[in-house]
Amino acid sequence: MTLTQQIITIAMVVLGTAVTRFLPFLIFPAGRPTPKYIRYLGKVLPCAVFGLLVVYSLKDVSITAGSHGIPELISILLVIALHVWKRQMLLSIAGGTVCYMLLVQLVF
Amino acid sequence: MHTELKTIKKAFAAAFPYTIPIFAGFWFLGMTYGIYMNVSGFSFWYPMFMSLTIFAGSIEFVTVHMLLGAFNPLQAFAMTLMINARHLFYGISMLDRFRGMGWKKFYLIFGMCDESFSINYTADIPEDVDRGWFMFSVTLLNHFYWFSGATLGGIFGSLIHFNTEGLEFVMTAMFVVIFLEQWLKEKDHRSGILGLILSSACLAAFGADNFIIPAMLAILAVLTVMRPKMEKGGEER
Repeated sequence: MTLTQQIITIAMVVLGTAVTRFLPFLIFPAGRPTPKYIRYLGKVLPCAVFGLLVVYSLKDVSITAGSHGIPELISILLVIALHVWKRQMLLSIAGGTVCYMLLVQLVF
Repeated sequence: MHTELKTIKKAFAAAFPYTIPIFAGFWFLGMTYGIYMNVSGFSFWYPMFMSLTIFAGSIEFVTVHMLLGAFNPLQAFAMTLMINARHLFYGISMLDRFRGMGWKKFYLIFGMCDESFSINYTADIPEDVDRGWFMFSVTLLNHFYWFSGATLGGIFGSLIHFNTEGLEFVMTAMFVVIFLEQWLKEKDHRSGILGLILSSACLAAFGADNFIIPAMLAILAVLTVMRPKMEKGGEER
């Protein structure tokens, strides 16, 4: 690829990303009332999306090979336990991450 | 002007703690990305420029493949739309919250990556903190973490050797906490459960590289069918 071709390729990725981010705001501008169905989606989608993001961040974990997702499972359970107990976002995240690092570096 | 500066400082101070886990995650992932570009034969200008203008993690890794392959701009565009389609859901969820944000709105939308959206949607912003500046600070900090991580990775490349194996879990841990926060806040858990189950089912059926679009369509379809029930449940609360 020439430099110009590289710049065009990167520009297409920038454009594509911007389209996915700006499109809802262009279709439903602030000036006009948003359709009820879209407002309903705006209310119920986030919970489902956070579920999707959890699964997305685990997408490359294999249950059938390697450590069978056991370090992930243990660390997620620790994150949940810490969070329900103390409800301190940073503590839950740091605790789970350190636990995972120790597990994959020393145990598995 | 003096009070405006105070407002910004206060919002920035309130936003910063929320972004600390993202700092850890983005520096790790950003450096990995910069190193990956470095060992693929690109100078640090590439990760630096791309992290600044694209600012969406997974597609930037994919773009490295694209740059190494044959020139095909349309395919690059289509691929980007597919990988980043989940942003559409973030936009729909943020339509009301970004209302009246003035010029900041443009940057808030431009910088709406998974992490910025998650924090800006769920954070309990104190009453006396300006919402616009809070969300702006979260987005700007995230953007800066990603940009600096990618650039440093690109500059120092393969020089960096320390055992960070497993640090990437910080992102999973953060999404679990955000899911949990939302779970504890809401009485109706059906949407959250749906998201987990439908996404897992699609991951099993379509594989890691192709499951996001089917998962989004499935979530959209089921939530649409359930709308009468969900809205009824909402009114009873």
